[in-house]
Amino acid sequence: MLNRYSFSNESSFFQKVKSFDFVLLFCILVIGIISSFSMYSTDGGEILYHTKSHIIRFSAFFIMMIILSFINIRYWHATGYIFYFSILGLLIWASFFGITASGSQRWVSLGLINLQPSELMKIAIIIFFAKFFHRVQLKNVNTLKNILFPIVILIIPIVLVISQPDLGTSILIALSGLVVLWLSGVNIKYFIYSSLTLVIAAPFVISFLKPYQKRRILTFFDPEKDPLGAGYQIIQSKIAVGSGGLTGKGFLKGTQSYLEFLPEKHTDFIFTLYSEEFGFIGSVILLLLYAVLILRIVVIGSSSRSFFGRLFCYGFAASLFIYISVNMCMVLGLLPIVGSPLPIMSYGGSSMLATMIGFGLVMSTKIYNRQLVI
Amino acid sequence: MISSGEDSNVRKLNTINRRMFIISAAKIIVFGGIVTRLFNLQINENKKYLTLSDKNRLREWKLPPIRGEFIDYFGNVVAGNSEVYQLHVIPEQVENFKQLMVRLKDILNLSPSEFSRLIKKKNSQKPWETLVISENLTWEQFSRINFFLHDLEGAKPVLSVVRDYPYKDNYTHILGYVSEASVKDLNENENVKKNHVPGLRVGKSGLEKALENDLIGTNSIQRYEVNAFGKRINQIDHVQGIKGKKIRLTIDTEVQKYANELMLNKAGSISVMDIYTGELIALHSSPTFDPNLFLYGIDSKEWKKIIKNPLKPLMNKSIAGLYSPGSTIKPIVALSALENDIISTKFKVYCTGKTEFYEQTYHCWKKKGHRSVDLREAIKQSCDTYFYEIARLLGVDRLNETARKFGLGEKVFDNIFFEEKKGVVPSTKWKKNVIGESWYLGETLINGIGQGYIQTTPLQLCLMTAQLANGGFKIFPKLVFDKNQKTYEEIKYIIDKNLEDYKKSEKETFFEKGSEFFNKFSKSNYPLFRNPENVKFVLDAMYGSTNEVFGTSYKSRFDDPKYRYAGKTGTAQVKRITKEERELDLKTFEIPYDQRDHALFVAFGPYKNPRYALSVFIEHGGSGSTAAAPIAKKLFKLIIDRHDTREKIRTSELMEI
Repeated sequence: MLNRYSFSNESSFFQKVKSFDFVLLFCILVIGIISSFSMYSTDGGEILYHTKSHIIRFSAFFIMMIILSFINIRYWHATGYIFYFSILGLLIWASFFGITASGSQRWVSLGLINLQPSELMKIAIIIFFAKFFHRVQLKNVNTLKNILFPIVILIIPIVLVISQPDLGTSILIALSGLVVLWLSGVNIKYFIYSSLTLVIAAPFVISFLKPYQKRRILTFFDPEKDPLGAGYQIIQSKIAVGSGGLTGKGFLKGTQSYLEFLPEKHTDFIFTLYSEEFGFIGSVILLLLYAVLILRIVVIGSSSRSFFGRLFCYGFAASLFIYISVNMCMVLGLLPIVGSPLPIMSYGGSSMLATMIGFGLVMSTKIYNRQLVI
Repeated sequence: MISSGEDSNVRKLNTINRRMFIISAAKIIVFGGIVTRLFNLQINENKKYLTLSDKNRLREWKLPPIRGEFIDYFGNVVAGNSEVYQLHVIPEQVENFKQLMVRLKDILNLSPSEFSRLIKKKNSQKPWETLVISENLTWEQFSRINFFLHDLEGAKPVLSVVRDYPYKDNYTHILGYVSEASVKDLNENENVKKNHVPGLRVGKSGLEKALENDLIGTNSIQRYEVNAFGKRINQIDHVQGIKGKKIRLTIDTEVQKYANELMLNKAGSISVMDIYTGELIALHSSPTFDPNLFLYGIDSKEWKKIIKNPLKPLMNKSIAGLYSPGSTIKPIVALSALENDIISTKFKVYCTGKTEFYEQTYHCWKKKGHRSVDLREAIKQSCDTYFYEIARLLGVDRLNETARKFGLGEKVFDNIFFEEKKGVVPSTKWKKNVIGESWYLGETLINGIGQGYIQTTPLQLCLMTAQLANGGFKIFPKLVFDKNQKTYEEIKYIIDKNLEDYKKSEKETFFEKGSEFFNKFSKSNYPLFRNPENVKFVLDAMYGSTNEVFGTSYKSRFDDPKYRYAGKTGTAQVKRITKEERELDLKTFEIPYDQRDHALFVAFGPYKNPRYALSVFIEHGGSGSTAAAPIAKKLFKLIIDRHDTREKIRTSELMEI
């Protein structure tokens, strides 16, 4: 009964490999290689700690992604809630027993590796909502129960991440969740009402922010006011990008990053370094790669027969788009500086892991695109 | 159920797809926005950001300019740059700074105050900036440092260049000294500001200050790439600076040194001048001090010793000391009387030792009196009574005119020394303007023997004598040799030609023509007299004063015609002598130091074909004939002995400097 509409999915391993999305794989690989070279540049043209561990992580998680691709989408669907709750558990664990670094308690130690559950939550929330709305009929979407429940599910991790404190990640989690809600058909008026509420509540929320967070927001509006303090990052980042010009200063010749004018060049500001060295042309190529990547995910989603697969792909594509836009706008001085990594490019294991899990699920959707999920 | 489910599913699918389409559209817009932003930053504003990026990464380091040297007339370096051993530490490169400092304290014997000063300095600067532990290591300290260098990680002994005055206290007042530039120095001199680096030494007085713009040179510049913390990464280029100009003085170090020796433990001044070129052969003010002490900031003990010295070593007495000229003025008074046809050379006065004037008694230095004296005898024996009389006849204003012509009451240099004084040559107008009273005739009388309001610097007296000795022609004193200046031969030619013109022309019209001529070419050696015979007569009387019996400086004469010179003594009272004191007739050493007379002597020679003039001034030295004239005699011998060497240098290639 459950498999009434399903086709046989017992295709051979070879067939599965053949149905891989190679455009997607190509984009991921190229971005991965670009990121490795950028990391090599941040290490000053030597293979040091950051380069080494970035390349190792990328390779390991890329292989992991290939393996995940072979997992039937049904199992993804079946474990959706469990995945979310385990990550939530890790988040709660982090807020009690987490490792504190640079003033924020956001890591949990899992033996060999330190994990940042908030990064994984970005993907877990999409899987959860995809599963939740998979079954809900359109006419029932806008019922009180079907709106309130996801909001509670969304707010719990957000509150936990804000209290770490990690404003950037919590905003990204919120945006990922909201974009899936919107895709699922939640009436637009709720979004309008809640944004109005947010605007009204904003002054009160701001009063609860940490002083450094307030300063960041103020600095965004006038970075030149405090060029050596909080505005330093934005100014130096703009100088780096602007001085890159059409073709860039050349690989390993980015003086801004090489001479350490760039802040956090491994992580959030990796695009600045890349843009300084490879210029406008290089930046547009990277942006195009991301655009193709997102487009492929949307195409894969649209070919999926299951709502779960489709919703997840759309949600993941939209989230990737949000991450990329927020990060780039931030380093180009169009948004305030909040911690948000650039997918694949930025240094950071948890972010890479979450992104690769996402790609694995997308790939699985492609391979099992005829699979119906009940 | 199924169909409605199908329908519902299709609607759900459509909703999802529609909404995804909206997001995709948003994606295009946002990515388009990012590309636009990139285009703006990287293409449109590329220049601006490229400049900002270069400003970020490039830093210039200015190295101190190398100061020009001073050499004397013979090419000896009198203010040079010597290499010194310094000890530098870059705190950043030291693992354990405290431990290193304690080690250095032991090795260099640093005092606790010096030690804490260094610690304070280290804390006030950036860790990659050089900390100068010692600016001037002794050879012993330097070798000890090198001996222990293997366990003094981070300490760097380096060779550096600093000002050095090899003749120590001999050139102090001429050259002045250098010391670390103050805020005032920076504000006063644009060149200093432009070339300033921390620790730069600039001229604080004398020629070092006056010629700062020539001496300073320009910075060498090193351009480095630096990182965000200002640390040098690598050198991009190096621009070699220009060394300051080398300055040649007219001074003869041998004469200068001997003058210093002769004035040892005395306060006073010696000036020696070429009577044609105006070149100063020696210009010494005593007592003096070692300017090398000021290079690293003088320590308070030495400084106290200098400022507490009652003989005032800091004062350049040759140009800034104002004293009554005493009898050394008499040749000018005599000349003035002759030039104004007040008296003839035959005019006689009977000297009884004193003269009454409006119920005031005016004394001659010789109590018994000189009996009947004519003008030549009066100059020779320095008879005060005679000069009271001709001063009375001449009047103060006519004397003022002649004295000014010969350089009294005017600065000798054009603003080389900020402390130079112009002195006072009084006139009725002057007294009215400055003191606000009218002139008393009695004041004219004492003016005639160089007392009263008249005040001159020792160098002015030397110039006055020089201008008499060359026959009465204007000369221009100089300390700095200029290869474009007129040579002795050129000046001699001008003077001889002037004299010939005089003989040929109507006497009065020559004088008129002459003064017209002076205004047009003020740098010319124009005549200062109306009748050259008058000057000749005065010079002859001065010859008598030194070389004839009863002359005031007869004891200091030379019999050898090679050295024979003519001079005039002067003894200037520093206070009014009371009747009691006059009767006591105390010897110089019995009077308290600051009440003793100043001793003066002016001279020129060799008498046949004179070339040099000098003035000797000894503050509270007693009488001119016993204190000043013997010094002049000793000095004169050396000056004449050095003459041939000087002439040889003058005609050799050293002139090209």
